[in-house]
Amino acid sequence: MTYFPEEVVEHIFSFLPGQHDRNTVSLVCKVWYEIERLSRRTVFVGNCYAVRPERVVLRFPNMRALTVKGKPHFADFNLVPPDWGGYAAPWIEAAARGCVGLEELRMKRMVVTDESLELLAKTFPRFRALILISCEGFSTDGLAAIASHCKLLRELDLQENEVEDRGPRWLSCFPDSCTSLVSLNFACIKGEVNAGSLERLVARSPNLRSLRLNRSVPVDTLSKILMRTPNLEDLGTGNLADDFQTESYIRLALAFDKCKMLRSLSGFWDASPFCLPFIYPVCAQLTGLNLSYAPTLDSSDLTKMISHCVKLQRLWVLDCIADKGLQVVASSCKDLQELRVFPSDFYIAGYSPVTEEGLVAISLGCQKLSSLLYFCHQMTNAALITIAKNCPNFTRFRLCILEPGKPDAMTNQPLDEGFGAIVRECKGLRRLSISGLLTDKVFMYIGTYAKELEMLSIAFAGDSDAGMMHVMKGCKNLRKLEIRDSPFGDAALLENVAKYETMRSLWMSSCNVTEKGCQVLASKMPMLNVEVINELDENNEMDENHGGLPKVDKLYVYRTTAGGRDDAPNFVKIL
Amino acid sequence: MAGADVDVGTELRLGLPGGGAEAAKAAKRGYEDTIDLKLTLPTGGVQKDSGKPEPAAEKAAADPEKPPAPKAQAVGWPPVRSYRRNAMTVQSVKIKKEEEAEKEQPAATAGGNGSAFVKVSMDGAPYLRKVDLKMYNTYKDLSIALQKMFSTFSATGNEGKMVEAVNGSDVVTTYEDKDGDWMLVGDVPWEMFVASCKRLRIMKSSEAIGLAPRAKDKYKNKS
Repeated sequence: MTYFPEEVVEHIFSFLPGQHDRNTVSLVCKVWYEIERLSRRTVFVGNCYAVRPERVVLRFPNMRALTVKGKPHFADFNLVPPDWGGYAAPWIEAAARGCVGLEELRMKRMVVTDESLELLAKTFPRFRALILISCEGFSTDGLAAIASHCKLLRELDLQENEVEDRGPRWLSCFPDSCTSLVSLNFACIKGEVNAGSLERLVARSPNLRSLRLNRSVPVDTLSKILMRTPNLEDLGTGNLADDFQTESYIRLALAFDKCKMLRSLSGFWDASPFCLPFIYPVCAQLTGLNLSYAPTLDSSDLTKMISHCVKLQRLWVLDCIADKGLQVVASSCKDLQELRVFPSDFYIAGYSPVTEEGLVAISLGCQKLSSLLYFCHQMTNAALITIAKNCPNFTRFRLCILEPGKPDAMTNQPLDEGFGAIVRECKGLRRLSISGLLTDKVFMYIGTYAKELEMLSIAFAGDSDAGMMHVMKGCKNLRKLEIRDSPFGDAALLENVAKYETMRSLWMSSCNVTEKGCQVLASKMPMLNVEVINELDENNEMDENHGGLPKVDKLYVYRTTAGGRDDAPNFVKIL
Repeated sequence: MAGADVDVGTELRLGLPGGGAEAAKAAKRGYEDTIDLKLTLPTGGVQKDSGKPEPAAEKAAADPEKPPAPKAQAVGWPPVRSYRRNAMTVQSVKIKKEEEAEKEQPAATAGGNGSAFVKVSMDGAPYLRKVDLKMYNTYKDLSIALQKMFSTFSATGNEGKMVEAVNGSDVVTTYEDKDGDWMLVGDVPWEMFVASCKRLRIMKSSEAIGLAPRAKDKYKNKS
């Protein structure tokens, strides 16, 4: 291949499916490294602190799409203190200096400011897609800047961000000349938007395929919009509260009738059960349905609707659906691939209408199920073993039994055997979250069988260091390991230090790791950042002194080429 | 599972880091909480949300030996994103407010404030609707609104007949008053009707025989 002109090699590289392969060919020789880096269009940075932004921009000056992820996953559950880090500004500024051809930016769990959004909007003339997931630090003023200046904007997708509301002005900032929108998602914006502006924007966006409204948008506005978007494929409704006007719902039904391309439905804010029958006609064509923000719908409302959704592949729902509702899902939705059942009540000693029975029913009826997130109050080994046999195709299996350390509801035994069956049968399992009463045995099973596992989440589990050691030894493809409230200490941390270089990150909080152990790790592995996060929260009592060595509250270890970061707050010590 | 309910104390004893004493406290707390919950059995997915943390907190305040209830809920557990928690909390509060508002409505109507929501059912219709009686000034307005509301539920081939005006040939509208009696709509002055109506029911004329005399008699006796 060294005899081919560069253009040909570059063309051959363009067929490589992903970043991983492109990274590999870069290693072959200098020539290939150069060709590859100048032609790479999509760059994925899984940990914003693993590499300096300037270095990325220098290496890939022609990138068009950049994805950066910031805080560790447990930040979603308030385990990472505010001001920990994950700032977007250095990335946007570096790209502004060295890569003005940037067209797409995706960020997850990062702190984004209005200033950065304004810089973004004004710097990149071909910018067309901004996707922010679980980010914070910006307001609707930042969105106004994006709307005003990104002339070719196709995608503005805001998923579950914390956005400060500074009024409805931002939506009106899209100029009349902006007709390129394909995807607009502002469901997480808390405030009102101007209905007229919204309708006009939609009217001049013939390519709109995905639209997710927020809670403030009333039914009538939704109906008017839907009449203008016959090609809409994905819709997040606005407010569906019952306003006692049947005419509104009839208009809605007529509008839905126009949307023959609609495949995915979400929103249902404040949804009244009375509105659902007006949506039934569209159910038969749906492949995706998210009812998980509608606590007003009870089991019979949900099942009546879902029984119409015979093509459903992805369902997100609240546990109000109950076991009997899940049985209806199992018999109606034969193509189901992803199911998420969220708790409607977060009280751990409470009661949940879904149990192991609902999940067993699903496993019997939905043979294509590959991705599961299930919150419940009880589980049994027998059920898990049955589920594993019925659904060997799981790639993602996340089970959360709300009460920490809860055993098998029938036998009072640990749930080791149940999860053992899952990892044994589901040979393609890439992501696993375990819960309930678990001993070191479950980790032995995981280490032995979960060979494709990439991400493992552990909480309130295990007896000793041996548990974690099983995982570190056996899971060859492990990339992310996150552990909380489990009795793993320095011995487990230091058993296989070389492995951390093959992983993206390790998180341990409320475990038995001491600062001494962390220091040993840091000294043995200079290419890791070992962050000790010891936040003194007045609400928490100081932990009793166990054996004389102060325990580390939170530990975050990640490989990096960037060295220690200079933006760490004072409660983060980088060893 | 019966075993699990009774032995909550045993279950919670296991698994929590920090040693036996802490875990035992947590176990006790859990048992108390379960007892509280059993007294207020949930009737549906929605009502469950309201007030659950309160019984535990009260118990904790009453008994200084036990750690405060929030500690039973570890930080960041269950693992639900803050975004989702916040969205659900707002909706739960809203639902609770609406439910409380509903319960108070019949008493509040006379005061001329806000609204007078009552449930409306029609025999044969799949579900209930609700109307705010304060939005109308006369029986005629109400009857037109009801007509519109239930026009979608007409059986095929029957549309004309089913939605005749109130007290028309096939259906009559009745209401349940503050005393729990079912009366024909239209017999008493509008304001008195709004003040005393708790719910509405549209039923077949044939089933309503016998109501009319009672209404007139009832109000004759009262005045």
